[in-house]
Amino acid sequence: MNVLEMNNIKKSFNNHTLHVLQDISLNVAEGEVVAIIGPSGSGKSTLLRCATLLTEMDSGELLYLGDYAAKNDENGNSVYADKAALKKIRSHFGLVFQNFNLFPHYSVLKNLTDAQISVLGRSKEEAKQRAEVLLEKMGLADKGDAYPCQLSGGQQQRVAIARALAMDPKILFFDEPTSALDPELTGEILKVIRQLAEENMTMVIVTHEMAFARDVADRVIFMDGGVIVEQGDPQQVINHPQEERTRQFLSRFAQN
Amino acid sequence: MTYQTMLSLLGQGFLTTLAIFLLTLLGSLPLGLGITFCRSSKFKPLQWLTKFYISIMRGTPLMLQLIVVFFCPNLLFGIVPPTNWRFIAVILAFVINYAAYFAEIYRGGIESIPVGQYEAAEVLGYSKTQTFCKIILPQMVKRVLPSVTNEVITLVKDTSLAYAIGMVEMFTRAKQIAVAPNSPGIVTLFVAGLFYYIFNFIVAWAMERIEKRLSYYE
Ligand SMILES: Nc1ncnc2c1ncn2[C@@H]1O[C@H](COP(=O)(O)OP(=O)(O)OP(=O)(O)O)[C@@H](O)[C@H]1O
Ligand SMILES: [Mg+2]
Repeated sequence: MNVLEMNNIKKSFNNHTLHVLQDISLNVAEGEVVAIIGPSGSGKSTLLRCATLLTEMDSGELLYLGDYAAKNDENGNSVYADKAALKKIRSHFGLVFQNFNLFPHYSVLKNLTDAQISVLGRSKEEAKQRAEVLLEKMGLADKGDAYPCQLSGGQQQRVAIARALAMDPKILFFDEPTSALDPELTGEILKVIRQLAEENMTMVIVTHEMAFARDVADRVIFMDGGVIVEQGDPQQVINHPQEERTRQFLSRFAQN
Repeated sequence: MTYQTMLSLLGQGFLTTLAIFLLTLLGSLPLGLGITFCRSSKFKPLQWLTKFYISIMRGTPLMLQLIVVFFCPNLLFGIVPPTNWRFIAVILAFVINYAAYFAEIYRGGIESIPVGQYEAAEVLGYSKTQTFCKIILPQMVKRVLPSVTNEVITLVKDTSLAYAIGMVEMFTRAKQIAVAPNSPGIVTLFVAGLFYYIFNFIVAWAMERIEKRLSYYE
């Protein structure tokens, strides 16, 4: 069964004048790592925001583990499931933001435990244990009592990844997780994601790191103008793109 | 009149001032939050009504509002006010006035919180109420504290406006003493001024302590 299933997603802004997603379909199988690449404004973030219920789609179906988050009505408009169903569906996924969005007034440990306790209903001890295991894994075992403002960008992003993992999601989305970081700090984040991939974590990663996408992903998707232009084996898409638009986009990267 | 009598009379007046101050804060700080909610309600009429209310509170003199609150029940509705109505009216007028100011300060604070905080909370599964109480409110409090401190210090001085409806707080008392025969005269007003100054000094110190306590993060 697919962890994520998105069928014929359409989304427009500004009173249906700006069509940002035009009939996008995306299935992600368990353990699969999908990298999404594409130029600025192609709709990558919007796609992730639709998948994570931050943005309502106009049309299309969204399913997690076979459960509908949204389905089409007879007019082809997306209709979302009720509050209780969406709450359950939210527990299936996690999202790592470009600019971390840690809670600045909480310590690192509390950032990791609070949602476990107040959303999942875990006990304090259980939550703390889970958090400590993850901090250890992120190489931040000694940072539990620190506040986000006392950490480097790379450390903050690792805390954000740990915060998402603490909820035990079935799938984890990343929206340009290294774009807000200094170049020398991107490596530590990519390493963490690589490790998660080795552990068979299901992931969808929007990234501008082409080499990383090619090495880590099972599948690469190239988006442009709100459509999937090309997708497939990472080597194939990145080293031998079939479509002219993909080639153009990638050649810009080769120059930089 | 001896200095001792003067001080004890002023002291009594000060207790009334202190009571007005504390009760006003107790009422207006939470009420302001309620008004902020109404102000940003999706129900338009409530939003307009709140906007109108805030503009009246900020656009007319507090002294006038005091007088209106004090006389209205009797003049408009012929209600015979209870014996302690004077004091109640003062508190009422101060609370609804200050709540309007606090509401606008809170609103600014809430709007300044990055939308990413809401989104992170939403994705983690926090409910709307949880998001507000655990994520937004604590950060809002820290952001608005300097502006709230300003209002609180203004309130210390504004309490003297209660004299407009004959409330015998410290300022009214000081004026009475100053013109009484054989009183220390003008010195009384200086002493009253000193009371206000020390009071404000303590208030500013307390607020600074609170700000310090919240400075563990940026
Ligand atoms: N809330 C919104 N209101 C109006 N337009 C929006 C909104 N969100 C996104 N857009 C527009 O939709 C288009 C796609 O935006 P999106 O953020 O999905 O692109 P992206 O592929 O993530 O780009 P980038 O690589 O720069 O992050 C852009 O033209 C953007 O201006
Ligand atoms: Mg984006």
